[in-house]
Amino acid sequence: MNQGILLSSSGGAEIDFFIHGVFQYKLFGQDLWITTTHICVLIVMLTLVLFAIAARVTISHASEVPGTFQNIIELIVEKLDHMVNGVMGIHASKFRNYIETIFIFILFCNISGLLGLRPPTADYGVTFALGLMTFVLIHFNKFRYQHVSGVIKGLCDPWPIWAPINIIGDVAVPISLSLRLFANVLSGVVMEALVYGLLSRIALFWPAALHVYFDLFSGAIQTYVFCMLTMTYVSQACDTEDA
Amino acid sequence: MSFDVNFIKGCSAIGAGLAVIAGIGPGVGQGIAAGHAAAAVGRNPGAKSDITSTMLLGQAVAETTGLYGLLVAMLLMFVQPLAK
Repeated sequence: MNQGILLSSSGGAEIDFFIHGVFQYKLFGQDLWITTTHICVLIVMLTLVLFAIAARVTISHASEVPGTFQNIIELIVEKLDHMVNGVMGIHASKFRNYIETIFIFILFCNISGLLGLRPPTADYGVTFALGLMTFVLIHFNKFRYQHVSGVIKGLCDPWPIWAPINIIGDVAVPISLSLRLFANVLSGVVMEALVYGLLSRIALFWPAALHVYFDLFSGAIQTYVFCMLTMTYVSQACDTEDA
Repeated sequence: MSFDVNFIKGCSAIGAGLAVIAGIGPGVGQGIAAGHAAAAVGRNPGAKSDITSTMLLGQAVAETTGLYGLLVAMLLMFVQPLAK
């Protein structure tokens, strides 16, 4: 069943870390599936939207002496602004919204494994979309700031013969970014599924340590790394020759 | 010359085991990075937070090659492209 979805074909009965199809529909003659990934992404999005509405209401009635929730929001925004400013410098104001949005989204996706969901970032479709957005952002800004002449000069960096190697290097960026995030989260999901599937009789309290490492620690680190590399690549693309 | 499907599946499992040996490289690399970070903190304890974040970033990037080995192993084990 569910042929064509990566890592979803015919798993064992007990060890279950695969993506499952929930229902099937047809679009332009193709069989498409609504999978558990879509549902988990929707749950994460719903949580974030509710959080955003609550934050909006709190900030619009902001008080001089902040309450608990206002304090938390200010802390999050200040920390993320500090991170973006530290890496991007003068370009920070243009990319702050995007970077902080994907930071919070990826973080919530990664730690949703704590709540019994299958983390949506353990599906290559999700992380590859994030990698493609980074790719578009890099090359849009490259053409915008360095213009066509600068891009061609960058491609023929040492000598014009090296242009194919530089193109391969550019194409490899979104693939390595997305595979890094995907494989890290997937390894956590697989490890937890193996523990729960094979050691289900003695898996009583100690798998919590696995969740702390794989979901919280590894998820937070990989979120940080993804945003950090995106910021580095984009601010490299924004740097002009004379700057 | 054709082989039995079970033979191919067994060979896939052996190949998956061999692919995970790729984890040695990132292990050594991350250890070296952590050792140098510890030395740097010893020399300049004030810069501990900067050193820690740089070390974690470098380690996470170095981990990628090991994760490629893991992905190859997972594909061999669960998608089994050779046994089809």
